[in-house]
Amino acid sequence: MEAKRGDWVRIHNTILEVGQRATNIPEDTQNVPLEMWVKGFLLDESANIGDKVTIETYIGRTVKGNLLEVNPYYRHDFGKSIPELLYIGLQGRQILAEEGDNND
Amino acid sequence: MTKDMSYDVIMERRTEIMKTAVGIDYEIFESGSIAFDYERMMKETGYSFQEIKEIQETTGVGNTPVYELRNITQLARKFAPKGKGARIFIKDEAGNPSGSFKARRAATACYHAKRLGYKGVIAATSGNYGAAVASQAAMLGLKCIVLQECYDSRGIGQPEIIEKARACEALGAEVIQLSVGPELFYTFLVLLEETGYFNASLYSPFGIAGVETLGYELSMEFREKEGRDPDVVVITNAGGGNLTGTARGLIRAGARDTKIVGASVSLHGLHMASDTQFNKKSFTTGHTGFGIPFATWPDRSDVPRSAARPLRYMDRYVTVNQGSVFYMTELLAQLEGLERGPAGNTALSAAFYLAQEMDEDQIIVVQETEYTGAGKHINPQLTFAKENGIEIIIGDPSKEIPGKNIILPKDPSYIKIEELDLNKTKKSYIKNAINHVKATNATKEDLDFLVEDTKSNIEFVKTTLDELGISH
Repeated sequence: MEAKRGDWVRIHNTILEVGQRATNIPEDTQNVPLEMWVKGFLLDESANIGDKVTIETYIGRTVKGNLLEVNPYYRHDFGKSIPELLYIGLQGRQILAEEGDNND
Repeated sequence: MTKDMSYDVIMERRTEIMKTAVGIDYEIFESGSIAFDYERMMKETGYSFQEIKEIQETTGVGNTPVYELRNITQLARKFAPKGKGARIFIKDEAGNPSGSFKARRAATACYHAKRLGYKGVIAATSGNYGAAVASQAAMLGLKCIVLQECYDSRGIGQPEIIEKARACEALGAEVIQLSVGPELFYTFLVLLEETGYFNASLYSPFGIAGVETLGYELSMEFREKEGRDPDVVVITNAGGGNLTGTARGLIRAGARDTKIVGASVSLHGLHMASDTQFNKKSFTTGHTGFGIPFATWPDRSDVPRSAARPLRYMDRYVTVNQGSVFYMTELLAQLEGLERGPAGNTALSAAFYLAQEMDEDQIIVVQETEYTGAGKHINPQLTFAKENGIEIIIGDPSKEIPGKNIILPKDPSYIKIEELDLNKTKKSYIKNAINHVKATNATKEDLDFLVEDTKSNIEFVKTTLDELGISH
């Protein structure tokens, strides 16, 4: 078993299937389901990834969904090097160092 | 008996659910025709200005510092005609407890929820407002749920939104993340009904009144330091609340000559509800995808009547491109030593250009900054753009095509604004106001209301009504 009762997990759910979606939205969005992700403590005794489970969220709500991740964590970061940005500070300082105030 | 929770049934119950969740009966402000009593709504459902100041002082909100951007001003002057180049200032709203001006809106909303005995608050937001509500809820001992539109159908999320989810969770909130689509509102209604929590709407009178302190502080600070009010205040505009609240605060202080300029990032051509275009944009707020629809019809928000009505207060509305905002964010760090989040710098990019139109002794103020961090920073946002096939170019920003490329200005002279035709926006608004109540005739009260709500004049409103075939 990949998760046991009390583990901090992330679950996934489909809220609206294709066909149930609002009609006044772009076609590409109508053609995919409306999905949901939420985290909480596992209430089932044990479960594997993909199992239908019940969780209690951090504020105490009970939600059902498919088990996606145990001990989920954030992967966002400061990105990769963006060399295109490097001229900005140098150029700004250089222009400030030039003589004269106005472009006249 | 199980309640019917289907999409159509829930949407039909929206008025009833909202009434319970906001605690306001909006019906009493309606005239039965086009007009509704905006000022009465702001007065009767809100708090006195003094009360709001006290609420915010208790939770550490407001009284943020104002900095003069001397180097950026100097840089603008290098490109301005002789005698031109106003002094540029910035109000460092990142200093609020949750790192943005949104703390002001959340403070009043959460205070009200607590006073009315709600056990918790819910906010539907992918922006800084989530952390603001979570932060205030933590201080007041309220439970908090934040509902975000975050991922596309591939499960790929905007780094900026993911960072905001992290911030909300760090503050003890439950975060529910959804894929793209306006049916988020349906989920929101289901949650409100299930929990009985307060709808901490961005657009309630409490929320907007919370921003009035910002405008008021600006006037007081400039009178104290410079002996006068700012000539121009530039405000990043999305849903209109920042602009409305700030302008109302300035008016409250008596700063009636200060011009109000709205600024949004141009996302022209991108559809906000499109699954495939969701991750083609590099700004999740402060952009035209919210700014224009909310200006032409504010009552599309999550409450029956929005307290955020930007056209009532706006003197000009300008747009800037994504590349210029990233560029200014880098300049703010490099020349002024202030590392802040990009979205808050939309107004700064516009101010850099607008200052060059103004006299040297004039004052232009950018009224907010926001915090920066992993995900919510030019590097991860541009990394994400590249991963989604967006080309990063150094060149002429006026050639930028949102969703295809981001063009960084090759030097500061390339930072420009695009002026939106406010008369056209006002006409669209009037048309929407008429359609909303299916009016065929406008009363005297309607005419006065439309003049006020569009900051125009009676001739303009009458001409527009004639064009639309509405008798008056």
